Amino acid sequence: MASPAPKSPEQSERNRKYDRQLRLWGDHGQAALEGAHVCIINATALGTEILKSLVLPGIGAFTIVDGKKVTSEDIGANFFLETDSVGKSRAQIATQMLLELNSDVRGDYIDEEPDQILYNSPDFFNNFTVVVATCLVEKSLVLLSQRLWELNIPLIVCRTIGFIAYMRIQVKEHMVVETHPDNEVPDLRLDKPFETLKKHVDSVNLDELSFKDHSHVPYLIVLYKFLEKWILSKRELPKSYNEKSQLKQMIREGIRRDENDTSNSEENFEEAVKAVNTCIGRTEIPENVMNILNNDQCINLTAKSSSFWIIAKAVRDFVENEGGGLLPLKGTLPDMTADTEKYITLQQIYHKQAIADAEAVWRRTLQLLRQLGKSSDSIPERDVKLFCRHALNIYVAKGTCIADEYDSKIFDASNIVQCLENPESMMVYYVILRGIEKFQTEYNSYPGEFDDQVEPDIVKLKVCITKLLNEWGCGPLVKDDYVHEFCRFGGAELHSVSAFLGGLAAQEVIKFVTNQYKPVHNTFIYDAVTSNSGTFFF
Amino acid sequence: MMGSDHMHRRWSNLRKVLERSGPFCRPDFEPSTETLQFLLDNCKILVIGAGGLGCELLKDLGLMGFRQIHVIDMDTIELSNLNRQFLFRHKDIGSSKAEVAAKFINSRIPGCNVISHCCKIQDKAEDFYRQFHIVICGLDSIIARRWINGMLLSLLVYEDGELDRSSVIPMIDGGTEGFKGNVRVILPGLTACIECTLDLYPPQVTYPLCTIANTPRLPEHCIEYVKVIQWPKENPFECAIDGDDPQHINWIYEKSIERAAQFGIQGLTYRLVQGVVKNIIPAVASTNAVIAAACATEAFKLASSCSASLNNYMVLNDVDGIYTYTYEAEKKEDCVACSQVPKEIEINNPKFKLNDLIEFLCEKPDLQMKNPGLTAYINGKNKTLYMQTVASIEERTRENLTKTLVELGLRNGSEINVADITTPSTIVLKLKFVYCNSDM
Repeated sequence: MASPAPKSPEQSERNRKYDRQLRLWGDHGQAALEGAHVCIINATALGTEILKSLVLPGIGAFTIVDGKKVTSEDIGANFFLETDSVGKSRAQIATQMLLELNSDVRGDYIDEEPDQILYNSPDFFNNFTVVVATCLVEKSLVLLSQRLWELNIPLIVCRTIGFIAYMRIQVKEHMVVETHPDNEVPDLRLDKPFETLKKHVDSVNLDELSFKDHSHVPYLIVLYKFLEKWILSKRELPKSYNEKSQLKQMIREGIRRDENDTSNSEENFEEAVKAVNTCIGRTEIPENVMNILNNDQCINLTAKSSSFWIIAKAVRDFVENEGGGLLPLKGTLPDMTADTEKYITLQQIYHKQAIADAEAVWRRTLQLLRQLGKSSDSIPERDVKLFCRHALNIYVAKGTCIADEYDSKIFDASNIVQCLENPESMMVYYVILRGIEKFQTEYNSYPGEFDDQVEPDIVKLKVCITKLLNEWGCGPLVKDDYVHEFCRFGGAELHSVSAFLGGLAAQEVIKFVTNQYKPVHNTFIYDAVTSNSGTFFF
Repeated sequence: MMGSDHMHRRWSNLRKVLERSGPFCRPDFEPSTETLQFLLDNCKILVIGAGGLGCELLKDLGLMGFRQIHVIDMDTIELSNLNRQFLFRHKDIGSSKAEVAAKFINSRIPGCNVISHCCKIQDKAEDFYRQFHIVICGLDSIIARRWINGMLLSLLVYEDGELDRSSVIPMIDGGTEGFKGNVRVILPGLTACIECTLDLYPPQVTYPLCTIANTPRLPEHCIEYVKVIQWPKENPFECAIDGDDPQHINWIYEKSIERAAQFGIQGLTYRLVQGVVKNIIPAVASTNAVIAAACATEAFKLASSCSASLNNYMVLNDVDGIYTYTYEAEKKEDCVACSQVPKEIEINNPKFKLNDLIEFLCEKPDLQMKNPGLTAYINGKNKTLYMQTVASIEERTRENLTKTLVELGLRNGSEINVADITTPSTIVLKLKFVYCNSDM
C-alpha cells in the first residue's frame, strides 16, 4: 500500500468527557445543546433535578428565577441546597451548587418572584431557548403561557405532589428531522428500482454463478430476482400471508447444495426468505410525511418560512419531478451475508443514488431561496442532506396554549369526560391537580398542608373539583379515593418522585434544544405507586 | 445548632406520607412516627455500583430518609463518567467511585452514613449480604446481576419446604442503555428472579470469524479483525488490549483504517473503534436519573409499607414521547436458581461428549453460562470432570472433553454440580438419557 499510514486523531478533553452522550445525539446535537440558554422558574427539588440533568451534559447556560428563601423543608428534599443555607436566596444557592457540576456551563439567577418579572419586565423571557416552570400558581402560569406562546418559545410545566407527577409541554409548532426511530424500515425500493440498481441486478445471472458466488450474493439481489419472477406471472406484489409464503417457498427452492458438503446451506437465501416479511412492501410516502408535504406551510412559503419548511418544499418539488412520486433515497443498506466486493458494490449503488437525490433537492432548495429573496447560504447543504436521509421519518407537531385550558369558553373538555368513563384512566389525576390549583388560588395553601386541616380540606378540595367539572360539563367524580389521597400528600414533594420527573423533563428540554427525538405531545402523568404513566393531548 | 425542630421540618414531606393513612396504602401499613425513625436509624440498604445509577441512588435514598447505606464498587473514576456521575469532579479522576460517592453524600446530607466498599461483589461473603434489608443494583454487568441474585437466593431459609419470609431480602434492579431503562422488584424465592427471565437480555452482538477474516462488509468487521486476529499476531505492546490506553486504541484504529481502505469499506471512525473495542453502551444523565429515582421510590415503599410495590417490571423509553410499560414477570417453575428443583438436562444422543454438554450450558438461553466447571459423584468418589478456571486442573481434565458422558461413568439420573462465574453457589443438573439403550 503506497498511501501514508493513517494517523489517529487527537481526542479533545471535551469529546472524551461527553463521549457516552455524543454517541446518541452526535456532535451537532451537542453543539446545539451548548448554544442553548434555559430558564428555570423556581428552584424546587424538581427544578434543580431538571437542571442537574441539563448541566451535566453541558447545556450552554441557565438562569434560575426564584424569589423564595431556603427553608428546612427545602433542604430535606433538594440536593442542591445545604443545611447552612437556610434563610438565604434559594435561587442563589441552587445556582452556585449546580455550577459545581460542570465548569463548561454558565449560570445566573434572579432573586425575584416570577410574578414580578412577568408584570414588570415582560421582555425578560424573549431570549431563552426553553423555559421550564415548577410549582407555579394558576394565575402566573396562565400569564407565562400566553407570553411564551406569543414568543414561540417552548414551555415545560412540571409538578409533583406525593406519588404523582405531571408534565405539560407547550409549543406552537415543533419540527424534527432526526427522530431516531427504534425500528427503522430499510428503504430498498425492490418494487420500484432506480435505474442503476436495475442495471446492476440485471447484470447478475444467478443460474450461471459458481456455488461459491451463488452463496455470496447479497440477499437483496436474491429477493429482487424472485420478486421479479413473481410479478411477471402475478402482476403485483405478494400481499397476503399466503402469497408471501409462496414467494418464500420459491426462494427456498432456489437454494443450491454443495455436493461435497451437505451441511453447507446458503445463508444468503435463508436471509432472503426472512426478509420477505419486512423488505417487499410497496415503496410509498408514509401518510404522516405526506401530510407534512401537503401542509399549507410547505406549499405556500413566505420570507418568514423556517429552513425546515423550505427544505420540505424542495423535497415536495423533488417528489413531483425527479423523484417520480418517491422521497429522496435514504441510501443505507442493512448488513447481509455476502462477499465484500458484492456487498460494497451494492452499497455504493444505493449511496450514489442517495447523493444524487440529495443534490437534486439541494438545487431545488437554492432555487426556492432565490425566489424568496434569501441568500443561498441561509441553509447549509449538510442540513438538506440530513433532511433527505431522514425524510421517511420527519415529524411535525402542532401544540396548544396552556392558557386555553384555563378558559372554559375555549377549553374542550370532551376528552376528559370520555377518559373519566374508564375508572382506571389517569385522567383523574389531571382533574385533581387542576382542582388543587383552584384550591391554592382560593386558600393560598395545598389541601392537607397542615396536619389539623386534612379532613376539612378534603371537603374544600371536593368543592373545587366539582366546580371545575361543572364548568366542563362533566358529572362528579365517581369515587373520593383520589381526593383523600391528595389531601394525605398535603402538597408534599417526595424527592424520588421529583427526581423521576426531573430526568424526564430534562430529556424533553434536550429534545427541543437539539431538534432530535419526539417530545411528549403534550401532557404526561405518572403514578409512582404503580409505575404507570399516561400521555394525553389537551 | 441543629435543633429537633429543624429535623422535624426537614422531613416534613416524608412525614406526610408516613404519618397519615390513605385509601391506597398497603393493608399492613400503620401510620406512625416510628416508620421514619426506622428508615433513619435501622433500615440498612446496599447499593451495588457507584456509577451512573449508583450516584443517583445514593442521593435519592439519602433524601428519602435512608441513612444506613452501604455502597460497593470496584471501579475508579474516569473522565467519561463526568457527563452523568454527578458526585465526581475532575480532581477525583483515578479515585475509588464508592469512596468519593460516599464521602460526598455524607457531607451534603447531614446524618447520612454511607459506608463504601471498594471491591468486587464476589469478595464479600454471605454474612455481609445478610445484614441488609434491601439490596439495590445499579449495574451494567449481567454476570454481576446474576451473581447477586444467586447470593440473595442462597440466603433463603426453608423449613420443611416452607420459605421463611424473614430470610427474604428484596432486590431492586435498575438498568439503562441510552434513552431506555428498566426497573424490577424481585422478592427472592417469591417472585421472578434474574435467572427466571434470563432470555430478556438481548444476546451480545458477535461476528462470525469467517466474516471478519474473509468477507468483511462493515467497519465493525475490520475493527474486530484487528482486535481478534491482528493484535495477538503482532502483539504490538506485548500485552492484552487495554481499552483505556489511548496508544492501544490508536494502534487498532490505524490498522482498522488500513483494512477498511483495502476492502473499500467506509464509515470507520475513531469513536466507532473505541465503541467496539470497549463495548461502550451510550449513557446520558437523564435516563440514569429517572431509573434510579424509580428504584429509590420502590425501596421507600418496601421499607415503609406505605404503598404497594411495582409488580414487578417496568420498562421506559423516552425517544418517542415518554413510554412506560409495567408487567408481571413470571417465576419459572424449573428455574435453575430459585426453584429448588434440580434442572433436568435431556441427553438424546449416546455419543454426547462432555464438550457438547459444556457448549450446551453456555448456549441454552435460560442458562447462558460463561466457563462452567463440572464435578460429579461417580463410583463413590467426587470427580472433577472439567474446570477451565484453574490452569493445572484444566490441563489434567482436558482429555475428558472428548469423552462421552457414558465413558466418564455418568448414567441416567446422575447429578452434575456446575460452578460458574454467573452464580455464587453450585448448580445441580440432573441428566436424563432419553435414547433407548439398544442404540448404544
